[in-house]
Amino acid sequence: MLKFINTMYAKSDNVKAYTLLTPALILFFCVMMTPMLLTIAFSFFTQINMNEIDYSLTTDRYVEFFSKPLLTSLLFKSVKISFIVTLVTLLTAYPAAYYIAFYVKKNKTLWLILMSLPFWTSYLLRIFSWKIILGTKGVVNSGLITIGLISEPLGFLMYSQTAVVITLSHAWAAFALLPLYVSLDKIDFSLIEASRDLGNSRFETFWRVTFPLSLPGVIGAILIIFIPTVGDYVTPQMVGGVDGRMLSYMIQSYFGKVNNIPMGAVSAVIMLATVASITMIVSYTTKKLTQRVS
Amino acid sequence: MEKNNNKLLIYTIFYFLFLYIPVLFLPLFSFNDSNYMSFPLSGFTFRHYEDMWSKAPVFKALWVSIKVGVIASVTSTIIALMAAKAFTKYNFIGSRVSYAAVILPFLIPEIILAVSLIVIWLSLGFKLGLVPVTIGHILFCTPFCMLILISRIEGFDSSLEEASRDLGENAWGTFWKVSFPLYLPGIVASLLLGFIISFDEFILAFFLSGSDPTLPMYMWNQLRFIKKLPHVLALGAIIIVATTFIVLLAYWLRNLGQGKDKDYTI
Repeated sequence: MLKFINTMYAKSDNVKAYTLLTPALILFFCVMMTPMLLTIAFSFFTQINMNEIDYSLTTDRYVEFFSKPLLTSLLFKSVKISFIVTLVTLLTAYPAAYYIAFYVKKNKTLWLILMSLPFWTSYLLRIFSWKIILGTKGVVNSGLITIGLISEPLGFLMYSQTAVVITLSHAWAAFALLPLYVSLDKIDFSLIEASRDLGNSRFETFWRVTFPLSLPGVIGAILIIFIPTVGDYVTPQMVGGVDGRMLSYMIQSYFGKVNNIPMGAVSAVIMLATVASITMIVSYTTKKLTQRVS
Repeated sequence: MEKNNNKLLIYTIFYFLFLYIPVLFLPLFSFNDSNYMSFPLSGFTFRHYEDMWSKAPVFKALWVSIKVGVIASVTSTIIALMAAKAFTKYNFIGSRVSYAAVILPFLIPEIILAVSLIVIWLSLGFKLGLVPVTIGHILFCTPFCMLILISRIEGFDSSLEEASRDLGENAWGTFWKVSFPLYLPGIVASLLLGFIISFDEFILAFFLSGSDPTLPMYMWNQLRFIKKLPHVLALGAIIIVATTFIVLLAYWLRNLGQGKDKDYTI
């Protein structure tokens, strides 16, 4: 009897929860899932001319994608740039997150606000400010010329992959700082003290205790930075030039001036598949890693 | 707690300077009496602001962004509040999957959301415009709003709601008289931050809006012309100051009436 009442109660919990979730799930299915499935469907169609699409199914567009060196090289470059950005952002943000988690005693709230504030300022303006800094007549070049260190502007700063990496590492810093801080802050400091008392050096302690315990934050930061930056459009367009161009550029032109929706859909689907498989590899390896550690 | 470590402190300070200084160049050059953004500075001026003030398209785009932002943030907050309530109050089958579904739009590259919406919108035979932009923004803002609201709702004792029910108030009355006032600061924070996200959003607007530019799109279109840059700097500087003010207000509200040590996660 008691069991029956329990399941009934649990059931009514389910009903209540899903009633509350209805709008969110409708939003998910109608505005995200269905459009994405339709996009996958479109990747098997053919654009005949500007306004006509042949709806018979074919995998020709996928063959076309992989037979065009331009597209595959842009895909490869997108993944490469995002990978470097993720690495640079993590390595530079980790010490700062570590400091705030373990050394800051007073005004912690202030530091936390400082960490997250840049995240809310306009993405477009954050990227644009790097154009001002790195440009041929920009802050760095004009500054160096004014103080007489160089006589000609440094050309490699702007419109290059380097510019894209610097700009993105700056734009996504908050996304590394916050998850890293949260996971570091959760660590019980007595574990670190115990490790040191047992004779481990500071470095050993970090490598064997602190770092493994902060892995959830590291993984969170990797995914939260890597996935969106693969598809970033604004930064490569603004500071990347031809060298820093990424796959998003082709997606935009297929949906824009080229007007080949099936090809655009193929590029989007391949980008999504790439991101999804890398995400799965990362989560799988970390699962194995954490199992080994614990 | 560690003892002091000056090397790490210096590094952290430099890292934060790296985070903040680039953005400050916008306001700096917006007062510079030159059409180029380079050193040495050539004098103080308000003319870029006057220039911006005299441009009608700026205000048109601003109005578009405000409309889209208000509709998107109100709708997202309502959807997110219901979802946040479900996740914090009930233990139900499939809660992890549902949570992932609500959060997913925030994790997927935005360009993919944008092109998917183009595909469905054009297939349905509609014209691109502000309606699909607003729908896209609702999808994009909801995960943020939900995270903000969950952190607020989790901070409260659910026994307050139970007490209200025990004292004879129905579910609706309990919500309006007990839960809502308690959540209110969180709800306002969610409205403000949702508005900011929509107001600053570029990709969805760029792909879906057709001929009605939002403010970020207006700026994007101006950035191609060197001569038009200075008034965009002035506009950008105003946007940065206004956004920062709204975000700080939202943070303050969200922590209102909660313990001092409550951590920020966003």
